Amino acid sequence: MTKELLYLAIPLSCLLAALIAGFFGAKIGRFAAHRVAIAGVGLSFVLSLVVAIDVFSGNIYNGTIYTWANIGPIHFEIGFLLDQLSVVMMVVVTFVSLMVHIYTIGYMADDPGYTRFFSYIALFTFAMLILVMSNNFLQLFFGWEGVGLVSYLLIGFWYERESAIRANLKAFLVNRVGDFGLVLGIGAVLALFGTLDYATVFSAAPGKVNDVIVGPLGYEWHWMTLICLLLFVGAMGKSAQVPLHVWLPDSMEGPTPISALIHAATMVTAGIFLVARMSPLFEHSVTALSVVLVIGALTALLMALVALVQNDIKRVVAYSTLSQLGYMTVALGASAYSVAIFHLATHAFFKALLFLAAGSVIIAMHHEQDMRKMGGLRKALPVTYLTCVVGSLALAGIPPFSGFFSKDAIIDAVHNASIPGAGFAYFAVLLGVIITAFYSFRLVFLTFHGEPRMGQEVRSHVHEPPRVVTVPLVLLAIPSVIAGGAFVAPALTGELFGAAVASAGHEPGDMPTGAFAMLAHAPFALPFWLSLAGIGGAWVFYIARPQWPGQFAKRFKTLYWILDRKYGFDSLYQRVFADGSVAVGRAFWEWGDRRLIDGVLVNGTASMVGRLATRLRQIQSGLVYHYAFAMIIGLVLFISWFLFR
Amino acid sequence: MNWFDQHLLSLLIWFPVLGGIFVLATGDDRNAATARRMALGFSVAIFALSLPLWTRFDTQTAAMQFVEKTPWIERFSVYYSLGIDGIAMPLVLLTTFLTVIVIISGWQVISQRVAQYFAAFLIMEGLMIGVFCALDAVLFYLFWEAMLIPMFLIIGIWGGPNRVYAAIKFFLYTLLGSLLMLVALIYLYMVAQGSFDILEFHQLPLGATAQALIFFAFFAAFAVKVPMVPVHTWLPDAHVEAPTGGSVILAAITLKMGAYGFLRLCIPITPDAAHRFAPLVIGLSLVAVVYIALVALVQRDMKKLIAYSSISHMGFVTLGFFVFETMAMEGAVVQMISHGFVSGALFLCVGVLYDRLHSREIATYGGVAKVMPVFAFFLVFFAMANAGLPGTSGFVGEFLVILGTFSVNGWYAAAAALTLVFGAAYTLWMVKRVVFGPLTNSAVEGMNDVDSREFLILALVAIAVMALGLWPAPLLEVMHASVDNLLAHASVSKL
Repeated sequence: MTKELLYLAIPLSCLLAALIAGFFGAKIGRFAAHRVAIAGVGLSFVLSLVVAIDVFSGNIYNGTIYTWANIGPIHFEIGFLLDQLSVVMMVVVTFVSLMVHIYTIGYMADDPGYTRFFSYIALFTFAMLILVMSNNFLQLFFGWEGVGLVSYLLIGFWYERESAIRANLKAFLVNRVGDFGLVLGIGAVLALFGTLDYATVFSAAPGKVNDVIVGPLGYEWHWMTLICLLLFVGAMGKSAQVPLHVWLPDSMEGPTPISALIHAATMVTAGIFLVARMSPLFEHSVTALSVVLVIGALTALLMALVALVQNDIKRVVAYSTLSQLGYMTVALGASAYSVAIFHLATHAFFKALLFLAAGSVIIAMHHEQDMRKMGGLRKALPVTYLTCVVGSLALAGIPPFSGFFSKDAIIDAVHNASIPGAGFAYFAVLLGVIITAFYSFRLVFLTFHGEPRMGQEVRSHVHEPPRVVTVPLVLLAIPSVIAGGAFVAPALTGELFGAAVASAGHEPGDMPTGAFAMLAHAPFALPFWLSLAGIGGAWVFYIARPQWPGQFAKRFKTLYWILDRKYGFDSLYQRVFADGSVAVGRAFWEWGDRRLIDGVLVNGTASMVGRLATRLRQIQSGLVYHYAFAMIIGLVLFISWFLFR
Repeated sequence: MNWFDQHLLSLLIWFPVLGGIFVLATGDDRNAATARRMALGFSVAIFALSLPLWTRFDTQTAAMQFVEKTPWIERFSVYYSLGIDGIAMPLVLLTTFLTVIVIISGWQVISQRVAQYFAAFLIMEGLMIGVFCALDAVLFYLFWEAMLIPMFLIIGIWGGPNRVYAAIKFFLYTLLGSLLMLVALIYLYMVAQGSFDILEFHQLPLGATAQALIFFAFFAAFAVKVPMVPVHTWLPDAHVEAPTGGSVILAAITLKMGAYGFLRLCIPITPDAAHRFAPLVIGLSLVAVVYIALVALVQRDMKKLIAYSSISHMGFVTLGFFVFETMAMEGAVVQMISHGFVSGALFLCVGVLYDRLHSREIATYGGVAKVMPVFAFFLVFFAMANAGLPGTSGFVGEFLVILGTFSVNGWYAAAAALTLVFGAAYTLWMVKRVVFGPLTNSAVEGMNDVDSREFLILALVAIAVMALGLWPAPLLEVMHASVDNLLAHASVSKL
């Protein structure tokens, strides 16, 4: 029982902090509000570590907290499953969240919505913990929608900005399209297994592999494929996979700390977590895995290309996040679930770092985000510069930074995969490596190197932000360097996650799995040279020959135009879905409700009765001889009928 | 069974009516303050009185409880017969709870014919409880029709500029449906050889044709009330013209009477016809979910938008009933209760804005969050509940109906699940344009945040929404036996 209390305290301390900061923030003041929030999340981080140590020493927990509802034989419960997968997520989430909380003190110092912001991010941490700690689909959905809600609130945090509230509506609705799939997936799970409990579902899954459902046109679907595809639609929404990715770049309208926390490190990885959690199901459907692989590869490649042409510093990082989420999805598709989660963790650290570094630049530049107006900032912002370089090296996959290990592991896993689509995926992730390195260092060179391009006024004021901003950068830089090497061996051999994720399909391949072996092997493998080539290319383009990018954009006008328009997804969706729904709604309302039902049927009936009454009224002339005449006629007719029938 | 239990339902019906008469007796608006206080006192007392229904309810049985039966018109064997099961009981509590809310919501807002206004709500409360408790067909029909009168008056007297059109449309629409129901009830009386007992009607063997005719007679009455497409157009007009309190009761309780009628009369009396025509009802329900959601999207008037949203959400109720599956049906009943809270609260929110600027147009507002942060919190909260966010009551019903429907037919479930996107779209788009954005209308800048009275009612409903969302088990516990019994009964052919 004491253990359950400990587990409960992990999410609840965040919830309590959120409630206090939210409802009493105005009363207790800014300092008390951020202290409460940080204390809540800090406690939850420490407890997560304690639980993680306990779980890795073999004490996996799976239990119910309370019964949400009972319907017949089906129990809907709220409960925790604490295995290697969930504790890794818990530690990553609470650690990044804690760093972001501290950073926020500096970043949001002048904002009137200060306490509200702390309330939201603590609430987010709560919802995310509910999601990853769940032992059933119902609670998963609770957390899933909970993080979606907070993301909605935080993207629209500056609610007076039209662009922000457009972005948050878009984010919520696109996510809802994903949730549409997720809910049906949950419905399918319940229909097939009769329970929503993970453990029961997973243990029953092998027995249901051959169950089929007849779809339209008499085509048979395997239940398992149907379930996995539906669940993956949910994952695509939350983890912003093509074609449901459009909300993530716009989400950058939110304050930078939440871009780091929610739209890079944690919430967007919920989809990856979901598929990894469902790996015992996905393992039974090659079709589903193929879809996952191809969607991931498309996302990884297409979004990396868009990152090349972005000028907003946050948008570069955002597209890079999309691309990296694609890498994780590719790993899932290749059945390398533990590798996907490994990359999720390293990415959480270095991407949060990059976002917070970008935020640090943005504060220093007085909320300027356009890289074309930056340059030469490395002297004024030494800590930001160094940590940003660390993050970029990790992102580019340069050894021995953490990203190198996890990305190499993904590429290797795809190389060894043999399901349909694996060839394309391998090509996409390899090409992605060079692009990633290129845009990462494009950002570094444009922002920190070269000639300063900002105005004199701004230039004289640029200085390093306060400690509360730089300390989280340094603290995030540490795992960005070492987390890869430290955990690569157990992650690759599958020891790290034990039975928490399926490992059936994934063969370690011919690559070495130890950290040092991988480092030694790196110079003899293609990805390493691709990364270096990318960085070198960026150096040539933005330091050595700064006139080239403009010339290239002119030379390859069409390509540039396509990338600049982000392949046209946004305008297509706006026209077809947003404007289309409004047009259809208007037509339904005007023609269906107003003209047909109300106009013809309701008011038509009413006016017909009116007209009829006008006619009939004329019969009642009030003249006695009219009535007498009518009576006589009537009498004659009646009598004749009686007589002659 | 003691005296109290035996007469509790009677008390709950007649005490409000009596209270209404007392409030009326305070006379004209010089005694408005007394009328308000009396009305509040009565409504709170009635709510307190209704609580034993919950605490003393036996969840193990599907039989009627708190029954009361005495001869009334012996010549036609009409009985004064009352009783509730696990489906009716939550609806009675919903009625007594929301009447308190409605009375507080009209506190300062109604300044003319105050006594009559509050009296109308109290009398209507009694009559609506009567509908949920009546076990005799004549009694049921009487309550059913009688409650139209106070609602007609509320819209017609305290309503907006186009109130007469709306009131008459409302009245005629519903009357037309209910007259067909009356014919069906009289036919059943003859088949039952002189009995108006609804529970006896349930057991009557009926042929296929008779069932079909009776089914459609009931369907006409209940589909109008729910309302289902295509007989829904009275609702937006009635809502737009009704005063806030009228809209709340209309959305929260009156619509539920139609849904309740399906469960109490239509499905158990004509089970074979109900199965036979289920595809039709399901089809209309799904049309409501999709077509009406799109219509809601383009509304410029907040009340119209919420009215259309109501129709769309009630589509889930009828869908849940007619797939004949336990989870879906329980979800549908939860949806009835939840919709009572959520749509009621949304109308209260519109009322808060309307009291300040006398406009229901979405375009009038924008940036309300800046000047009314507490109000904005509530509106976003209830909007999220309306969009079915987990943790709110709006989620429970929709989720259970979708899950239950999936096990019957995946395509139905897929169509219903579209509400996840559409429901969020029209609700949050309205929120975006009303609450968020820059302040464009200078009149909005002068608006005060909710006062303590408004805070109280919104907070009370918010707590109910939250409680039901986080722990629906107690509510479901109450209805299990009744729903199981109903489904078991409906699965046996009467032919």
